[in-house]
Amino acid sequence: MTLAELAAATTSASAAVLDDQGLSGQERSELLEGMRERLREMRDSIARGLANDTPSRTGMVGWNAKQLWEAPDVLQAALLKRVQAYAMAVNEENARMGRIVAAPTAGSAGTLPGALIGIGDHLGLGDDALLAPLVLAAGIGEVISKTMFIAGSTGGCQAEIGSSAAMAAAAVTELLGGDAEASVHAAAMALMNTIGLVCDPVGGYVEVPCVSRNAFFAVHAVSSAQLALAGLRSVIPPDEVVSAMASVGRLLPPELRETGEGGIADTPTGRRIALQLAR
Amino acid sequence: MAERQSFVGSKQNHAGARRPLDCVIVSLLDVIGPVMVGPSSSHTAGACRLALLARHTLGTQPTVARFTLHGSFAKTARGHGTELALVAGALGFAPDDPRIPDAFEVAEQAGLRFEFESADLGDVHPNSVRVRLWREGRDPGEAAVLDVMGSSLGGGLVKVFSLDGFRLEFSGAAPTLLVRHQDTPGVIARVTRVIADDDVNVATLFCARKRKGGEAMMSVECDRAISDAAASYLLHLPSIAWLRQLPTVMSARSDGAHVENATSRAAT
Repeated sequence: MTLAELAAATTSASAAVLDDQGLSGQERSELLEGMRERLREMRDSIARGLANDTPSRTGMVGWNAKQLWEAPDVLQAALLKRVQAYAMAVNEENARMGRIVAAPTAGSAGTLPGALIGIGDHLGLGDDALLAPLVLAAGIGEVISKTMFIAGSTGGCQAEIGSSAAMAAAAVTELLGGDAEASVHAAAMALMNTIGLVCDPVGGYVEVPCVSRNAFFAVHAVSSAQLALAGLRSVIPPDEVVSAMASVGRLLPPELRETGEGGIADTPTGRRIALQLAR
Repeated sequence: MAERQSFVGSKQNHAGARRPLDCVIVSLLDVIGPVMVGPSSSHTAGACRLALLARHTLGTQPTVARFTLHGSFAKTARGHGTELALVAGALGFAPDDPRIPDAFEVAEQAGLRFEFESADLGDVHPNSVRVRLWREGRDPGEAAVLDVMGSSLGGGLVKVFSLDGFRLEFSGAAPTLLVRHQDTPGVIARVTRVIADDDVNVATLFCARKRKGGEAMMSVECDRAISDAAASYLLHLPSIAWLRQLPTVMSARSDGAHVENATSRAAT
């Protein structure tokens, strides 16, 4: 299925994704049960991350989610703070080699639960309401994966966090009542505004900038959903946006694709930390 | 043995000519998933799955494991827990196993020696690894060393592209039948006939041989595992030296580690 076909669905986008899988009744209920389990695992990792400020193996991260969660809400934007804290909670668990759900990757695992469960909790919605949007998120990820490898080492961070933000944007849009077209365009706008992002982890660890990046892109997904729900659309057709991201991924030099040799990793301080960690 | 067939110059798996996931069966639960121990789906969960596929192929606990890391795997292994995950996979752990951070200690207790090296494996996916496993008390028809090369494609998806120097492809997303046989007319037909008679559907089939009339191997990804009777029948065919059924590693979970013993078979 292409994003154009998904956007044209007369049902909800998640229902179109499910129909497209060609599953038997049994397989369908197994899939939904699997997704329900994913939601439980995501919630579990959020709870652990918010309560835990143990530093990661390198000592670069580990306390960010808890610190933000317990900080005063200076912006009077409780939703924003919740989304950011949830996203970082998952990725700090990830950095501690804790148990998380890759969505679609581990380095980008906080974006989707941060945005989707963050909004769900903000609005007092339970897992029943989040299940269909989660299926849609998976469907968006599947479509992207047909065009490019979803890995920082092949496409840069745009491939990972861009995909997770696109998936989250579509999910949040559907959760808030958007139709299939709005959901797909939310994904496209999130993706379009992530193109070019490089993968430059300090010392090669999935910590800096990965943990804070998940907080930023969970909010990015919510922004995109807000635009789409107001009727804004991507001028470039969503499928072309995905192709553009894939082509930018191919243009990225190896130094900016998860080798820890460029960008933030290649700053004087980044190099010094890498040297210290290698000892 | 593997050195004889160089795969340098192969275009497979590279982010160019072929669509990324042609040979990988993707479920929506692979996109939102796996449930895994961090920190990286490609460098931790994928690495674990590749080593787990090698371990399933070996069919027993190895005594020595040597891992050759290529590209991004070589550059960022430590930061991604790749080395821990590879050893964990060789021990038979699934990607969500909470013991992965302690894999080195567990290996020591289990009598598994392991070593790492970096090398350029050629024009392959940046996240590629060569896994060599040694075991004692091997069965006739099996090599002294199992030599598996594979790539971690992102999001925990993996693909093995070489087994003991034979160019095969399988992903661990489906039950996989591995057959080592003599390159003689009709062997492939007999194997697929037995699979068909068992009412099992074939998803992918790769065949490779060292030379005309020599050693050959095939990998068959199926919608379900073939029956014990069918496997045993195949093993008794004179041209078939070795057979193994691998369980899917995509759905492997830490509480399901017993699956390996139930579904792997070695030649006797």
